[in-house]
Amino acid sequence: MTALVRIPTVLRPAMGGDTSVAVEGSTVGEILDHLTTNHPAVKGQLLNSDGTLHRFLNVYVNDDDVRYLGGVDAPVTNGDEITLLPAVAGGTL
Amino acid sequence: MLSLSSVHRDAIVATCIRALPNEGCGLMLGTLDGTVTEIVPSPNVADSAKLYEIDSWVLLGAYRRSDEKGLSILGVFHSHTNSEAYPSPTDTAQAPDPAWHYVVVSLRDVPSAIRSFHIIEGEIDEEEVARSPFEGEFPSA
Repeated sequence: MTALVRIPTVLRPAMGGDTSVAVEGSTVGEILDHLTTNHPAVKGQLLNSDGTLHRFLNVYVNDDDVRYLGGVDAPVTNGDEITLLPAVAGGTL
Repeated sequence: MLSLSSVHRDAIVATCIRALPNEGCGLMLGTLDGTVTEIVPSPNVADSAKLYEIDSWVLLGAYRRSDEKGLSILGVFHSHTNSEAYPSPTDTAQAPDPAWHYVVVSLRDVPSAIRSFHIIEGEIDEEEVARSPFEGEFPSA
C-alpha cells in the first residue's frame, strides 16, 4: 500500500522541504515508522517512545481522525491521503 | 503586524464570550501579509476554563479550506477569562508554528483586550494589531 502523506509547514524544514511524500505501509503505524526511518529528526514530534501517537499530533486518514480508527493500528489502503497536523492547544495554566 | 477588521474582531470576542466559563478558541485564515479574511470558531475540546484545544476536525477543515481558497491559516486565538491578554507558559510551550500569529483575548477587561504575538522557540514577541477594512465573507458564527 502506498499513501500520500501531507507534511505540515512546521515539519518541512526537518524533512527536506517536501509538502507531501509517498510512503509505503498498511497501517498508520507502519507509515509513520517508514517516514521516521527516512527522517529520524522528526520522530519525537510524531511518536512517543512506546510507538503510540504523540499527544499533540493530529493524524487523519482522508477525512478521519485516526484517534477514532485505532490510532497507529488504523488501516491504510492504496491511494489514501494521510494528513499530519500539530494540535493547536494552550491555556492560562 | 496582524490586520483585523471590526467584523472579525467582534467574531473573535463573540466566540470567546460564548465559550464562558471556559476558554474560547478558533483559527484565523487570511493572506500572508497578516490580513485576516475569515474567522473559524472552534469548540474548546479541552472543556476547561484554563486550557484550550482546537477541535481536530475544525483544524482539518480550516487546513483544507485555506488550501482551496488560496489562503493560509494565519494563527489561532483564544481567551483568558480572568487574566491579562498575554501568552501563558502553556501557550508558549505548545506554540507549534513560528510563522503563526497567536492572538490572546482577555475577557477580564471591558472592552475586551486583544493582543497578538509571535512565539519563536519560546520567545514572545508582541506585534501591532491594526484595524483594517472588512474583506472576505461574513463569519457564520
